[in-house]
Amino acid sequence: MKPTPPKLACRDLALSVPGRTLCRDVAFDVNAGDFWVVVGRNGAGKTTLLQVLAGLRAAAAGTVILAGQTMADWTPRRRAQRLGFLPQNTFDAFPATALEIALGGRHPHIPRWHGESTDDMRLAGEALAAVGMKEAAQRDVQTLSGGERRRVALAMLLAQDPEVLLLDEPTNHLDIAHEVHTLEMLARLTRERGRAVVMAMHDLTLAARYATHAALMSGDRVETGTAAALLTAETLSALFGQSLVTVAHPRGAAFLPA
Amino acid sequence: MQRFPPWLVIATLALLALAALAFALAAGSVDIGIAAVARALFAEADDASAAVVRELRLPRALAAFAAGGLLAVAGTMMQVLLRNPLADPYVLGLSGGAASGALAALFAGAVAWVPPAAFAGALVSTFLVFGLARGRGAWAPTRLLLTGVVVATGWGALIMLLLTLAPEVQVRGMLFWLIGDLSGATHGGAALLTLAGVLIVAMYLARDATLLARGDLTAASLGVSVRGATLALHALAALATAIAVTVAGSVGFVGLVVPHSVRLLIGNDQRWLLPAAALAGGALLTFADTIARTLIAPSQLPVGVLTALVGVPLFLWLLRRSDR
Repeated sequence: MKPTPPKLACRDLALSVPGRTLCRDVAFDVNAGDFWVVVGRNGAGKTTLLQVLAGLRAAAAGTVILAGQTMADWTPRRRAQRLGFLPQNTFDAFPATALEIALGGRHPHIPRWHGESTDDMRLAGEALAAVGMKEAAQRDVQTLSGGERRRVALAMLLAQDPEVLLLDEPTNHLDIAHEVHTLEMLARLTRERGRAVVMAMHDLTLAARYATHAALMSGDRVETGTAAALLTAETLSALFGQSLVTVAHPRGAAFLPA
Repeated sequence: MQRFPPWLVIATLALLALAALAFALAAGSVDIGIAAVARALFAEADDASAAVVRELRLPRALAAFAAGGLLAVAGTMMQVLLRNPLADPYVLGLSGGAASGALAALFAGAVAWVPPAAFAGALVSTFLVFGLARGRGAWAPTRLLLTGVVVATGWGALIMLLLTLAPEVQVRGMLFWLIGDLSGATHGGAALLTLAGVLIVAMYLARDATLLARGDLTAASLGVSVRGATLALHALAALATAIAVTVAGSVGFVGLVVPHSVRLLIGNDQRWLLPAAALAGGALLTFADTIARTLIAPSQLPVGVLTALVGVPLFLWLLRRSDR
């Protein structure tokens, strides 16, 4: 029997933005149950990496492989049934209720000319409940705060229910309670339902607490490995050019600027 | 703002559309009762009033309804595509191109050539804007918008030139065309077919359009073929606008105010918004045109004056209350 392919993988990946190469020869596997964090300075290419992994942007070289099949061979709809992406920013120029937005996440699962089924309604409702926005289901997004909008956008991704979740700074605008709640929820999805998570984030202490793996982007290369090996005061100090110290606590280590 | 069930709004708008059409057939220099209108339409009556209804009022009412519906649908799509609730069908300079074509035909004295010249002008303007705004293979909303505004200014200069050079007898006709006028409207049937066709294709893309309003990245991550859907919606909006201005001249405010108002009632789900906007736009223009030709009868007002008179205060009011 063939071994199951990784949920998401990349090989010989090179990323560039106009005028600059961000990294080359990137290769890693994201398996079921993995929780990856992508860390690096502003402009190191975290967003570019996530968008390339999500199949939304072309790589300068190399391939991304989703469930054993090259990204280019997936139709957008079939891809979206397996892989979801939360962008750093979403547009709320038009009125829409939180429930309507969450239901939008079901789009790849609903055939053309069909409406949302009761199952879709249930999943959207559960997604809103998971981000603590159930009571606000009928509220218009334009009346919500920045953090609440972020949670509604997250609910859209949860309603999509993909096997691979790519998130670009999902905890932006969230207060610390919702930040921890969100990370707990994503960690539970990896542990209990075999989902794979890859997310960019700036809170190194929380990253170290929840991640199983890490990708460190330094602006010209990407170092990948287990979170335990890479998320240390030593490597992070070198990565950010800011000296950090570890403060130990029974619940985990915290990084503080030295 | 309080939302209403979409089906209820659509049913109400359908009734309003029927009422506007009935009003358009009944009102005029000879008032014809609703019963006589029904007889003229369905019972093959052949008296003078039946001829008025069938040969004069019906084609004009259908042309008004179709043009209004097309403008509202095109406006709905432009607002999503440019991710700007203040966009309208003319924002990319399409009406300027159509007006230049129509005025050139009037200037040359070729009245019969006005519709094809307007249509050709609209297409030229569309290709011009999309050709110029194309940067690295993609059309960014801001770039399109800026290009459209500048191209529209260019057409504006050409229109001024034609108005300045035209002999006085022609200027009046030109002004009517610019304001929007249905008195010589023909091709109502073709416009109605276009409306039906555009609406069917737009409904096929309706869920994609709803997601596009939330940003290209979000839409793409949910499996929308962003390039294809964007291009198709732009093509539909351009076709709808070109046909509408060919039929009715550059009628203002229907394409801006109708989608905006209907969205306040039922939200931005394009599956409901597109048909609702089509009905509301059609009803509004049919009603406005009937007022335009009866208010100071036997003289006729250009219908664009009425849509603007209603549209400006309504829009300012909506703008104020949306700024909560």
